[in-house]
Amino acid sequence: MHADGARTGISQRTRLTLGFAFLCAALIALMFWNIVAGSAELTLSEVFDGLFHAASPHRAIVMNARMVRIVPAILLGGALALSGFLLQTFFANPIAGPFILGISSGAKLVLSITMIAFLSRGVAVGSVTLIAASFLGAMLSMGFVLAISAKVKRMSMLVICGVMIGYICSAITEFVIRFADDSNIVKLHDWAMGSFASIKWDNVAVMTAVVLPALVITFFMSKPIGAYQLGEVYAKNLGVNIKAFRIALILLSGVLSACVTAFAGPISFVGVAVPHLMRRLFKTAKPIVMIPACFLGGAVFCLLCDLIARTAFAPNELSISSVTAVFGAPIVILVMLRRQKEGAR
Amino acid sequence: MSGTYYLSTERLSVGYGGKALIENIEIGVRRGEILTLIGPNGSGKSTILKSMIKELKLVAGTVVLDGRDMQGLKEREIAKRLAIVMTERIKGELMTCWDVASTGRYPYTGRLGLLTNEDRAIVDAAIRTVHAEDFAQQPFNEISDGQRQRILLARAICQQPEIIVLDEPTSFLDVRHKLELLDILKTMVKERDVAVIMSLHELDLAEKVSDRVVCVAHNRIDRCDTPENIFKDDYITSLYGIENGSFNALFGSVELKKTPGAPQVFVIGGGGSGIPAYRALQRNGVPFAAGILPKSDLDYPVARALAVELIEVSAFAAADEKTAAAAEARMKAIGRVVSTVETFGETNAANRRLYETAKANGLLCTLDAVLKGVDA
Repeated sequence: MHADGARTGISQRTRLTLGFAFLCAALIALMFWNIVAGSAELTLSEVFDGLFHAASPHRAIVMNARMVRIVPAILLGGALALSGFLLQTFFANPIAGPFILGISSGAKLVLSITMIAFLSRGVAVGSVTLIAASFLGAMLSMGFVLAISAKVKRMSMLVICGVMIGYICSAITEFVIRFADDSNIVKLHDWAMGSFASIKWDNVAVMTAVVLPALVITFFMSKPIGAYQLGEVYAKNLGVNIKAFRIALILLSGVLSACVTAFAGPISFVGVAVPHLMRRLFKTAKPIVMIPACFLGGAVFCLLCDLIARTAFAPNELSISSVTAVFGAPIVILVMLRRQKEGAR
Repeated sequence: MSGTYYLSTERLSVGYGGKALIENIEIGVRRGEILTLIGPNGSGKSTILKSMIKELKLVAGTVVLDGRDMQGLKEREIAKRLAIVMTERIKGELMTCWDVASTGRYPYTGRLGLLTNEDRAIVDAAIRTVHAEDFAQQPFNEISDGQRQRILLARAICQQPEIIVLDEPTSFLDVRHKLELLDILKTMVKERDVAVIMSLHELDLAEKVSDRVVCVAHNRIDRCDTPENIFKDDYITSLYGIENGSFNALFGSVELKKTPGAPQVFVIGGGGSGIPAYRALQRNGVPFAAGILPKSDLDYPVARALAVELIEVSAFAAADEKTAAAAEARMKAIGRVVSTVETFGETNAANRRLYETAKANGLLCTLDAVLKGVDA
């Protein structure tokens, strides 16, 4: 009766190994596919040439057209899924996520206002300013959601309130965009629909500096997160400083989702769908597995969705959100149906 | 009073939102002892326990754990001494029972919370202590309430605590699982010298398992004493404000309110045989008289609780001529007799006489006939 289960002893370890191997393989495969696919088709040798030789003739297309989009898709996809996992833990609610709770939309609202304010004065907006504005918006929405969650106990009610907050923020954003100069509207509109298209390498540097430390900090919080999954009372008795822990969770999920919105706009359903898929894949909710799994899974999910967004109707591009929604929304519905069947709240 | 308290309260006031519900609580529990909180619903048992484990902010006063003010102790320090089994449901999504129990190792594991082989051995031992080997690998969400409660206790045991606080641990359990759980606690107390403080609804169990009992009622600690001194019929009846029945301390059982009115049947009972008849009559709303019972008789407490008239004699005594004659007269006046006894011993001559008289006069009828008569 040793190990974390005789029944699952070896098989759980195998499952972990296979699961992570699958995710890594999928990540690498999708990276290559994303480099190869596009208006200018490349062969594999051209890809390698472009990746590893600065003087290669394919360097420009590989690095500045493809990689500059792939790296953010990986980082931001991972960040979104992780943010979703943290929110689900926080609210003990399997369908919580940054988009569904209106947090992304809040970030979008404040970002739009900031961008219009800057752009109308002819000042370029720096990456750090983008993240700061986005974070402020995320926290504003989060404040509303927290206030509501103190009043409603049913998880479906919380989600409905979050969706409403999202609609309000989107409506105000639309309204605000009307005040922007014509030349900026197109750019703002693209971004507001969600896209990895307009990200530059210096943006990537900043997002890396934000997302990776957040990932590491989250990973080292997997122990208290695990205790918190049992419920607040038990976590406290086990020695978790609940107040500090809750603040840390909110800040981390806020930073992660704010960073995504700042550079790629609001991306729907990744935060809900990926943690759920990872729980199914690894058959566990243990944070020490879920945190790296969600990050990898989110990266794979977003790479796949971006590939479809770019290539499905080329040369026209879909917004990333419309693709993630097609895959993500059914998963959310499945989760809700399953809960219903289990007779849970 | 001997030995120092492991967990105690000093001038403790508890309540919600800074408003005191109960003030000046002074209770304590030693290691190797079970302290049980009893009292009516809403009297504040859970509030006291939640305050003692720091789930609720104290309104005033202090809680002392192992000689130190709990406010000054680090969460981790507390976690290594005090474990809880509360009424809150653990979700335990995708967790096996073993996984849930293993969370008790939290205060002892490293930064990432990985279990060492020693930790695993401790979890295995805790699973054995609560006799949960059979379902340890099952998903936590798919086991019964009784099994779940045992796993939560195993979780607490994994914490290697010196005190376990339990809030109504036996609620929702069937009688067998109630006994099992309390038996495990009793063993823990004896063998590992832990202290246990808990709230219980089942008075009969509280009476049997507790070393000391705290009675919470009327916004105060009404009494704190040994079960022998607490479980007296009158005290429990008043503690719970029982109006529609009575509590029998000896049996630890309750009886419903007696049916008032003129007795319609006389029940000859004794030796425990009368109890089912008394209860059946009460259920069917038939007022009855009972006799002749010595105070030492098994039927006596129930008859006293349920019969509108009771002809009694002192303990282990036979009825004297005067009592026997009075009983016979009363029996004839009522006109219908049910006897739950058919063979009468030497000291029971008076009841034999009642029985024979009833038979001779055609007063004797079966319990069923009496109960059916009610329907008609």
